[in-house]
Amino acid sequence: MSAITAPGNVVVYRKRRNTELLMDIVALSIGLGAWALTHLNTSGTIPPEWPWLVGMWGGLGLVLHILVRWRLPFADPLILPTVLLLNGLGLAMIHRIDLIPDPAKHDATTQLIWTGLGAALFLVVIIGLRDHRSLQRFPYLLFLAGIALLLLPLVPGLGVEQFGSRIWIRVGPFSFQPAEVAKIVLAIAFAAYLVERRDVLALAGRHVLGIGFPRLRDLGPIMIMWAASLAVLVFQNDLGTSLLFFGLFVMMLYVATQRAGWPILGTALFAIGAVAAYYYTAHVKVRVGAWLYPFDNFDRNLQVISAQFGYAWGGLTGRGWGLGRPGLTPLAKSDFIAAALGEEIGVLGLMAIIMLYGLLVARGLRMALACRDPFGKLLAAGLSFVFALQVFAIIGGVTRLLPLTGLTTPFMSQGGSSMISNWVIAGILLVISHQARRPIRPMDEDHDSAAGVISLADDDTRLI
Amino acid sequence: MNGPIRRVAIVAAVMFLALLLNASWLSVARTDSLNANPQNRRTRDAEFDRDRGAILAGNTPIARSDPSKGQFSYQRVYPEGPTYANITGYYSYDYGRSGLEDMYNRELSGTSDAQFFGRLMESFQGGTPAGASVQTTINQRAQQAAVNGLGSRKGAVVALNYRTGAVLAMVSTPSYDPNKLASTDLSAARQAWQQLSTDKDRPLAKRATREIYPPGSTFKLVTAAAALTDGMTADSTVPSPAKLRLPQTTIDLTNEVNCGGDTSSLAHALEVSCNTAFANLGLRLGADKLRAQARLFGFDSSFGGDLDSATSVFPASPNDPQTAMSAIGQYDVAATPLQMAVVAGAIANDGQVMEPFLVQEVRTPDLQILSSHHNSQMQRALSVPNARSLQNMMVGVVENGTGRAAQVSGTTVGGKTGTAQSDPARPPYAWFVGFAKDPDVAIAVFIEEADIQRSEIAGGRLGGPIFSQVVEALK
Repeated sequence: MSAITAPGNVVVYRKRRNTELLMDIVALSIGLGAWALTHLNTSGTIPPEWPWLVGMWGGLGLVLHILVRWRLPFADPLILPTVLLLNGLGLAMIHRIDLIPDPAKHDATTQLIWTGLGAALFLVVIIGLRDHRSLQRFPYLLFLAGIALLLLPLVPGLGVEQFGSRIWIRVGPFSFQPAEVAKIVLAIAFAAYLVERRDVLALAGRHVLGIGFPRLRDLGPIMIMWAASLAVLVFQNDLGTSLLFFGLFVMMLYVATQRAGWPILGTALFAIGAVAAYYYTAHVKVRVGAWLYPFDNFDRNLQVISAQFGYAWGGLTGRGWGLGRPGLTPLAKSDFIAAALGEEIGVLGLMAIIMLYGLLVARGLRMALACRDPFGKLLAAGLSFVFALQVFAIIGGVTRLLPLTGLTTPFMSQGGSSMISNWVIAGILLVISHQARRPIRPMDEDHDSAAGVISLADDDTRLI
Repeated sequence: MNGPIRRVAIVAAVMFLALLLNASWLSVARTDSLNANPQNRRTRDAEFDRDRGAILAGNTPIARSDPSKGQFSYQRVYPEGPTYANITGYYSYDYGRSGLEDMYNRELSGTSDAQFFGRLMESFQGGTPAGASVQTTINQRAQQAAVNGLGSRKGAVVALNYRTGAVLAMVSTPSYDPNKLASTDLSAARQAWQQLSTDKDRPLAKRATREIYPPGSTFKLVTAAAALTDGMTADSTVPSPAKLRLPQTTIDLTNEVNCGGDTSSLAHALEVSCNTAFANLGLRLGADKLRAQARLFGFDSSFGGDLDSATSVFPASPNDPQTAMSAIGQYDVAATPLQMAVVAGAIANDGQVMEPFLVQEVRTPDLQILSSHHNSQMQRALSVPNARSLQNMMVGVVENGTGRAAQVSGTTVGGKTGTAQSDPARPPYAWFVGFAKDPDVAIAVFIEEADIQRSEIAGGRLGGPIFSQVVEALK
């Protein structure tokens, strides 16, 4: 990122809003192009509703762009286009799978409505939340709320079990995955709590083999998180969510305290929990079996096997939109959308999508580096990392790098809760990036700015 | 905090790198085996929608694909299904493939590497690529004669052109109708499969190539060849008592026929199929020489190529009585009918074993030859004089001995009969293996569980006429 040093020692980042606009247009066109190609390849014509769709999707993108330009002029220019591209590809693929049965289904329309809601919440975040530091105020309340959300599906009558996991709640006709919201709430709570307590957590304790380990009494929070993660694993049968939250917490502890002992301890605790789960719950054993030896039980592992067949059938460059057979894989719209995409746009397309996720994570971590306040740093790093972990777990599961965990593929899988919460995460990241890149004049800052010395970040921050 | 954030970034980078590497690995290393998996519906459906090449006998398709209006665009048809089922195999949606349908699947479906350019051109021109056709060496008249000859009996016939190794007829009975398994009415196909796979007569078994049976007295040809190689001649005398006490046992081996005295010439012993004479020969030569000779004919290894035969076996370390029994084709000696046809063929071809083969060439729809068979000499089993001497002895069997039923007027025919017991409780197997000169053909006829007397003549009486019918068909 180029920075111009203006007179008076003020670092001014370029806004790059036009870059973002150009990228937005490219991203929107790719999604719309995928939709059109699906129809051209399957029926040879583009349906009459195409202009409406172009107007709607393009309009949504433009509104988002204009509001970002207005409210967060210094926001990162790559996050919104990447999100629009992933979301557009996901919608196009859900629509493509909708077309398989006769008569066609309309899940893509529902998903588009969810996308609209997600985008609306995104706007609420970027308009309502000028400064992310206002999120810092209620760490304990948010912590409790997050844990409650996480464990909500265990409440009898409210939680429902689907596909072997109890991670949904149902109220009337609506079902929801509270863990998706808990992800954001807990990331904020962790960040606020750790910023407050990080000195104690960092300094007290002793060193073993040159690695600093925390005091026993400071282990309280990690133990609570460990117990909550295990509860999710054992009672909700959900290895993925469990991994996600525990990984998030341990990683944030490490960033806050700079002590390598935390991740070592955390990984060890997770390993213990996972091994115990392997031996004491049937669910985990089945997943591991399906990962290592899928062909030992063709009927039970049909989903993973069919996804592998799909990748093989797609080959390097894919069958083309509408020309593969993603419908043969159960849950191709949600958990296995990465398999459907791999089949139709090939392993190369899948790798491009992985790169897009990587780009999002890289931008998020980069703004964590550039952010000026510790809360923002921690929150940006935490949200980016949990995003990376989620993509790693689900795409790794679908491609047989890891045992399958029923996580959603961010911005792509069918499902409202995931869509909304990921848009909110994108909004928060944009707010943080705007705060990080916005030029600070001495009068804007109430501290850190004595005598015109601008502290951008820690000592080891480099301009990037 | 930036130090840890950088380290977290490295962890994230490693995770994404792992995803990318795994995706590459999936593409490079797993694609072929996943696509070849018979449970892969994507490839199966695509194959069923392709214009699959024909399998030909002469100029007549014995398997072809007809356009269909059903679930798939084509329907596999076997015009004379049961007659050629042992050669074509079947091509079924739910139960995979067998025979040439399996062995030449990539060529027939047009997905072999050699057809890559054709596929490319076809897809540029907007057409669907068509598969190549497979030209077999089967002679329709010989095949039909063998089927008629076996009739309702369980058994197998293999006829080879011994000069080239080409398979002219290959029959296994009871047969089945591959049309039923290839039906795109999948529930009908399932029913047919249920019925065929549970039938106690095992119609899906490939008796001609994939099953081994005790060859009985036809193995005396191998013992005689070993004796000639060891320096004996047709006139050398062998002790041929009425009873032979097997060494180390109290069992007496008897003869089914009168061997004509206490000693007999090798030629006469073969003519009347004298058990004690050949058991004595086996004891004199020893298991190692017998095994060496058997291996020269192709025992203890399988005929690969497009026949994919089972391995015929000579016991690894028999003791003396077992060696004596092995020399007359009992104990643990076991051979495919194909193997016994190769034995007769090698003798008729002056000792040179030709590799048997079934597919002459593979041609694309525009008649470009993708692959074609070159006759291939395997090892020499016998010297030319010894082979000629053994030919004369075999001609003697048909003219004066146990094989009279195999005579063909106007054609020189040599052969050897056999009757073998796999289990005293079951009726014996009947064999006839032989050759004709002009047409140059070596034939093995095998009849399983024939309801016959346990006499040495049975093999000749049952197998001989089938042999001569096949020779007549080739004339």
